[in-house]
Amino acid sequence: MKLRSILADIGKSLATAVWFMVLLFPLMVMKVNVARGVAQIQFRWNLLPLVGVGAFVLSYAWRIALEWNERRGANKSEGMSSRIRAAGAAYLARPAVRTSSLLVLLAFVIAFPFLFGMYHTNVMITAFIYVILGLGLNIVVGLGGLLNLGYAAFFGVGAYTYGLIWKYIGPSFVAAGMDPGWLFWISLPLAGIIATLFGILLSLPVLRLRGDYLAIITLAFGEIFRMVMQNSGDLTGGATGISLIPRPWFFGQKLPPTKAATYIYFIAIVLVIITIFVVRRIEDSRVGRALEAMREDEVACEAMGIDLVKNKLITFALGAFWAGIAGVLMAAQTTYINPDSFTLWESIIILMAVVIGGTGSIPGVIGGAILLKLLPEYFRALAQYRMLIYGIAMILVIIFKPDGLIPRKRKQYTFERKEATK
Amino acid sequence: MKRRTMVLVVFATVSLLVLSGVQSVFAAPIKIGVAGAFTGDLASYGLPTVNAAKLVVKDINAKGGINGQLVELVIEDDQCKPELATNAAAKVVSAKVVAVIGHICSGATKAALGIYKDSKLVTISPSATNPPLTQSGEYPNFFRTIAPDDAQAKLAATFLTKTLKLKKIAVLHDKGDYGKGFAELVKQYAEENGVQVALFEGINPGAPDYSAVVNKIGNAKVDGVVWGGYHPEASKLVQQMKDKGMNLAFISDDGVKDNTFIEVAGKYAEGVYATGPTDTSSNPLAIKAIEDHKKEFGSEPGAFFLNAYAATQALLNAIAKAKSTDYNKIVAALQSEYVDTPLGHISFDKRGDIVGFGFSVFQVKNGKYVELK
Amino acid sequence: MEYFLKLFLSGTAKGSIYALIALGYTMVYGIIQLINFAHGEIYMIGGFTALILGGFFFSNGMPVGLVLVFSVLLSIMYAAAFGFTVEKIAYRPLRGKPRLSALISAIGVSMVLQNFVLLSQTEKFLSFPSYLPEFNWLQPYKAYINSTQLIILGVTAVIMVLLTLLIKFTRIGKAMRATAQDMHMAQLVGVDVNQVISVTFIIGSALAAIGGVLICSYMGQINYYIGFIAGIKAFVAAVLGGIGSIPGAVLGSFVLGWTESLGTGYISSDYEDAFAFVILIVILLIKPDGILGRTQRQKV
Repeated sequence: MKLRSILADIGKSLATAVWFMVLLFPLMVMKVNVARGVAQIQFRWNLLPLVGVGAFVLSYAWRIALEWNERRGANKSEGMSSRIRAAGAAYLARPAVRTSSLLVLLAFVIAFPFLFGMYHTNVMITAFIYVILGLGLNIVVGLGGLLNLGYAAFFGVGAYTYGLIWKYIGPSFVAAGMDPGWLFWISLPLAGIIATLFGILLSLPVLRLRGDYLAIITLAFGEIFRMVMQNSGDLTGGATGISLIPRPWFFGQKLPPTKAATYIYFIAIVLVIITIFVVRRIEDSRVGRALEAMREDEVACEAMGIDLVKNKLITFALGAFWAGIAGVLMAAQTTYINPDSFTLWESIIILMAVVIGGTGSIPGVIGGAILLKLLPEYFRALAQYRMLIYGIAMILVIIFKPDGLIPRKRKQYTFERKEATK
Repeated sequence: MKRRTMVLVVFATVSLLVLSGVQSVFAAPIKIGVAGAFTGDLASYGLPTVNAAKLVVKDINAKGGINGQLVELVIEDDQCKPELATNAAAKVVSAKVVAVIGHICSGATKAALGIYKDSKLVTISPSATNPPLTQSGEYPNFFRTIAPDDAQAKLAATFLTKTLKLKKIAVLHDKGDYGKGFAELVKQYAEENGVQVALFEGINPGAPDYSAVVNKIGNAKVDGVVWGGYHPEASKLVQQMKDKGMNLAFISDDGVKDNTFIEVAGKYAEGVYATGPTDTSSNPLAIKAIEDHKKEFGSEPGAFFLNAYAATQALLNAIAKAKSTDYNKIVAALQSEYVDTPLGHISFDKRGDIVGFGFSVFQVKNGKYVELK
Repeated sequence: MEYFLKLFLSGTAKGSIYALIALGYTMVYGIIQLINFAHGEIYMIGGFTALILGGFFFSNGMPVGLVLVFSVLLSIMYAAAFGFTVEKIAYRPLRGKPRLSALISAIGVSMVLQNFVLLSQTEKFLSFPSYLPEFNWLQPYKAYINSTQLIILGVTAVIMVLLTLLIKFTRIGKAMRATAQDMHMAQLVGVDVNQVISVTFIIGSALAAIGGVLICSYMGQINYYIGFIAGIKAFVAAVLGGIGSIPGAVLGSFVLGWTESLGTGYISSDYEDAFAFVILIVILLIKPDGILGRTQRQKV
């Protein structure tokens, strides 16, 4: 009985192997080169058995993994692992454990730049920027349920706010004997506000739209923003971008690159903590609950007396604010910006961070953003296979964890009768 | 496999390992960073540089390295994106390299240069042509084995006014840093020479069809078209222009002066002018480099291959001549020593621009770029 | 007037290019509401397969006409097989899961296919030999339209008609419409939903391959990255026309082509994409479900 099912599995895998050998034959085995308008084919027969064996092994593993995944989904509440996990969660939920583990985490995060050096610090800054972006987009996608494919534009608004302030006010600022690093601190709140205004402005015309139509409009806005930045060369530097943007002010000192990275790293941490704090408060607030209602069902939500227009505006505005903040941070870290950093692809990556982490879940989004930015960095060893492996990893994660790595927990409000204290 | 062969193989491997271990104890390798776009949509401009660096290093190491030390490459990808370039740069710096070949795109180069400058690392780019990189004086650590855009824009403008005697031209570009920069400079120099620029527009790179803008060129009644950008768009433009029966002079930059352009555009490439690095393909070193590439990687080398080859050679030569990996000594050696490369007998000036290698105008004749004297 | 006509015709040609890709996009979307980002990659793979197999046949002395027929047929089969495989591996396990998950999976597939072709073939641009016939009688009008453009236009029209007929009158078409309306209900009345979705992917991918061969012949070049840009534009066109609707996708593509062409001709190509996006925004503001899209009734 058992043997038969194994044989059947082997048969299926063999069939898959043959299928892939045929499917990938032209692309894998035949390599084309066109010279003088004539295509020449070079056969690489040695790759054929590789494809076959690879497909056989992978399809076998794939089937086992899928079965395991289904079984795991079917009996979630049973089994050793879930019991251990529940016990672990209960243990973690204890206030003392929670605080102490948070403290350990914080200590590690603070010690990080001193332990690992500049490269890793820089990578972590990028990851933190994406955490802020992810949390901001999460307000729009996770809370409000509005798909936004042009989020990078708000990121760009933030970066360009700093860049343009530097370009236009910087010289006279320096001439007046002031440290240009101050501009960072001026730009930070300003960029948030300007991005918010952009968010409101752009959401005004699209309030009528729903679902994927909304998504495509945001995509359009994102691309238009990039095009305007690219084409108005006199004003924004065009495709050449803006370079030599100053690093943030630090008591009037010019820091060497290692220390500057550490400094920006700490600014990023503080911003991340503020973001997490504020976003959590938003989630629990009246507005947050209204947004969640809107995500679940717009019509029912409207019938309950919630102002949809106002809520959509708030969603976009709140989301855009954090992107603006992240943009300033990014401009300060790279010291150079050009429109190529704010493409559709960038918006997609941020969206991936949210969905892969767990739409609507704050720890999930943080994890997703860090993972998505760290993986390609640490995949560098794979050289040109990097993006291929990265894509495969994304597909695998989403298939085995379709709700994200740390799925959103539904909020439960428990009603506790207060004991009469008297 | 017989047991004895097996033993032999194991013995050989072990002794090799031991030997290389011994060598590394006595002389730590000199690490050179190579950074640029090696994945993503611009990989085709970056990968040839890696190949070039690998070939040069292989040659040098086969001869025993420099100053008794072997050379090792640290290859990092930036996809031509500024924010990834800073990470790649930080990674390269952390790997304790002594100098960097790269980056490929001007934007990414600008983002990374700040880090290299602060870390005192010589950076030689094979392809970043943005003029301010050297001319602004901001980056004393920056060198390049390619002439800046303004040099070739000036050449193109002089050529189209003096030699071709055009009166009215259309200038198109790909909206990119490189293409638009070139186009703007050509426009400026051409207008100074009294040529009317009837059309100045950017087109979307990668679009399947440019017939609308080609119609617009036809409508503007110009007698020449200048293209600032790369070859994929150029070949679509010339093809769609000739299909519509427009036989205008087509002048472009070194992004088009690439054999891939002739391969792709085929018969439509005939007669196209392009400014580009002076032809060095008859140079025996260039012939050797290209042959080596064919042998090692099984294909013709791609864009900026010879520039990258020369950059690596110049750098290694400077380290050898300086007998040290000290920043100041390398800079001094780069600026004083001449070296024979596939690009010719070259050195660098005080700003970091290449000396001994310039631009010429080429025309496609019978499926080949021919240098016009 | 002559200038306008030229621009209009080049807009039409461009629109029919978009339409070839948009048709597959809209079909898949209509059935499973998935923005199939990998569709552009299937189009690229279709083109590459045709180049490789066509090159092989040609260098072995096959006459040009037969090369065209065989390479097109085989590339259609291969692209269809790719579409089928991708759906089975990357989309089917996500059925019934949050919609965004399938979208992310599609983006992942797009990345994988792009990099797969980059690694297995080449990073360089390759010349794409055209095996398409040249019409001599078109020679006097070459300033307006060329043979390849005319062929693309004709093929687009034929495909649109065939697809509409397929969906209106065949058994599988009926099943497709049922699945598009309500997947669970269709399943209840005995429609094999998995099969319907597979067939949709196969047809959509086959169309992408036709697009790949024709458009690459027109451009005269191919590269691993051509799919992404074309895919986004085609998607915009499909939404413009009302996503899910076959004639809508074609009409949307033409509107997009005309807008870009006239905008370029009379204003500036600097903002070519901006014209496309602005017309998209304007049309969606007037008709939130696209030009030919059916208004969705909301239910609570």
